[in-house]
Amino acid sequence: MSEPLLQAIDLECERDERLLFQNLSFSILPGTVTRVEGPNGTGKTTLLRILAGLNDAWSGQLLWCGEPRARQRESFLRNTLYIGHRPGIKPLLTPVENLKALMAGRREVSDEVLVQALAGTGLAGFENVPCRNLSAGQQRRVALARLLIADEPLWLLDEVFTAIDADGVRAIESLLQQRAAEGGAVLVTTHHELQLPGMKRITLGAGGVHEC
Amino acid sequence: MWQFFHKLGSPKWFFGIATRFMPWLLAIGIILLLAGLVWGLAFAPKDYLQGNSYRIIFIHVPTAFLAQSIYIMMASAAIVTLVWRMKLADVFVKAVAPVGLVFTFLSLFTGAVWGKPTWGTWWVWDARLTSMLILLFLYGGTIALDRAINDEKSAARAVAVLVLVGVVNIPIIKYSVEWWNTLHQPATFKLTEKPSMPVEMWVPLLLSVLGLYLLFGWLACLRMKTEIVMREQKTRWVRELVMAGRG
Amino acid sequence: MNADRRPALKPVSESVGPIAAMAAVFARDVRVAFRQRQDLLNPLLFFIMVVTLFPLGVSPEVAFLKQSGAGILWVAALLSVLLSLDHLFRHDFDDGTLEQLVLQPQPLFLLVLAKTAAHWVLTGLPLVLLAPVLGVMVHLDGNSIAILCLTLLIGTPVLSMIGAIGAALTLGLRSAGVLLSLLIIPLYIPVLIFGTGTVAAAAEGAPVGGYLALMGAFLVLAVTLSPFASAAALRISLSNS
Repeated sequence: MSEPLLQAIDLECERDERLLFQNLSFSILPGTVTRVEGPNGTGKTTLLRILAGLNDAWSGQLLWCGEPRARQRESFLRNTLYIGHRPGIKPLLTPVENLKALMAGRREVSDEVLVQALAGTGLAGFENVPCRNLSAGQQRRVALARLLIADEPLWLLDEVFTAIDADGVRAIESLLQQRAAEGGAVLVTTHHELQLPGMKRITLGAGGVHEC
Repeated sequence: MWQFFHKLGSPKWFFGIATRFMPWLLAIGIILLLAGLVWGLAFAPKDYLQGNSYRIIFIHVPTAFLAQSIYIMMASAAIVTLVWRMKLADVFVKAVAPVGLVFTFLSLFTGAVWGKPTWGTWWVWDARLTSMLILLFLYGGTIALDRAINDEKSAARAVAVLVLVGVVNIPIIKYSVEWWNTLHQPATFKLTEKPSMPVEMWVPLLLSVLGLYLLFGWLACLRMKTEIVMREQKTRWVRELVMAGRG
Repeated sequence: MNADRRPALKPVSESVGPIAAMAAVFARDVRVAFRQRQDLLNPLLFFIMVVTLFPLGVSPEVAFLKQSGAGILWVAALLSVLLSLDHLFRHDFDDGTLEQLVLQPQPLFLLVLAKTAAHWVLTGLPLVLLAPVLGVMVHLDGNSIAILCLTLLIGTPVLSMIGAIGAALTLGLRSAGVLLSLLIIPLYIPVLIFGTGTVAAAAEGAPVGGYLALMGAFLVLAVTLSPFASAAALRISLSNS
């Protein structure tokens, strides 16, 4: 029996005087892919930002490996990979430099590993081109190259498929599936219909905006 | 004890308590202030140097006192906002910042009015006046920041950080302004500093300071109540309150 | 569901030390700045232009410039630091690297300290290096220029440190630039007073060691306290975005 990595109990978030969700409880188990669903404006991104530790305007409880998350912030951050709407890519830096900067506070990685990861996302030959010369989809692929070298057990991916072509989407889908099989946990928001057997769902804003 | 603390943070509880105490604050505050002012303005002896013009201290000093202590109170509330996330502390800071600004302005204004007959000019770059002017800027900054952020909770926390940074800086600002003053005008003017003030002068002064503090308490409660009603308008108790008021 | 039988990944128990993480943040900011050199030059040009306004707008007389030169240079330096602060976190905020910075398993205040240090090296330090030239143009004597540069060297990092708090607080707001100035200028006053006062005292032949030590104390205070405030402000601003 594996323990949940992250557990939310009675999560509630109000934003700009509007209640986004309340009484939201769920667990994220190792070896699962979970999709956060809901119409626009129901707080999918906000939920992911709360779970990632970026937004702290919430009430309720968040447990990391069974303990309150606030008490073990560093261990939580070390074991969580968040890729948001804004991919975290500096247009003036090259893909390799960008990845290096993103990994800097976590662990050391050699250039070869990074070049290999970039090749894995179809960016071979672009390693040393400033990212501003890349297309939006390519820039996002730079950010996603982190998934190929990540050792964090929990992934939080917000709208990762934006600007990615059909082949890319399939590649990421199979990557997520493989990750789950290895025992990682993945939480995604996306407008794409994912083709993943055994995928779990968290549905926000069922029946419109929650009434207060 | 903990329960009491928790209750203290509840806007509803505060609303009830404030409603009960406000008439007392208002009544005693007005009596003290009036007593202090009438005594000070009409009966206290003339100053042997400045004649009657010194009498403005009975307004100037209380406003200056309050202007400074309101900022300190805001800083204390800011700690509560950041550490315990207490709604009432957010409400307090937001409600009293403009009051602090007005008192700072009043103390500057009365200082200028006093300056005209005393030094023959409306404004001198005196250490105290300059410090007050900077305090006015600090109040202005907190209000501007609060207005610029839409989300109420984020605004409260951002303002709390700013007020705490400000309160750390106030002694440094005061000290440096005083040093700057001695550098440029070697100790010519000193405002409000009397070697010894006769009892007939400081008792009315004390009365008006106390009175103004109580009136500030009343005003703070009033503004906080308004703010609470605005924030909690969706909750049941405020709705009931409004219905009761109508019915 | 067979999820319960699946193996869990081994948790990561170690990450890079904070010094290495700080060095990486610093190096990245410097590298980005050198890819966009015009941005480095702008505060310097602004500094020169503001100083030029005083002889033109007030008086080119040697006596006036000699007396006010240090003050003019200090005010101009202060304004150009203020102008550059808006960029401190904004680009990172817009492209998402700021989120990733906050999510590094490192003490955030140290990373903020590294970023602010980079900001000073890229804007404050060039101002200090340019000051002697402008000092000559406003007819300051050699000794005054030396003291002025020393006060700027100690004072401009304080400006960057305090300014970072304001930049973090106003991140993502409309008309953040003006608001930032409103919040920060009052806090800059002590540094300005001691910066110019020390030069004035030196011109009168008074010993200035004590004043410089006091400015050093400001610097120590700013370096130790302001990263905490900036980090807290960053979290609040990100939380709100």
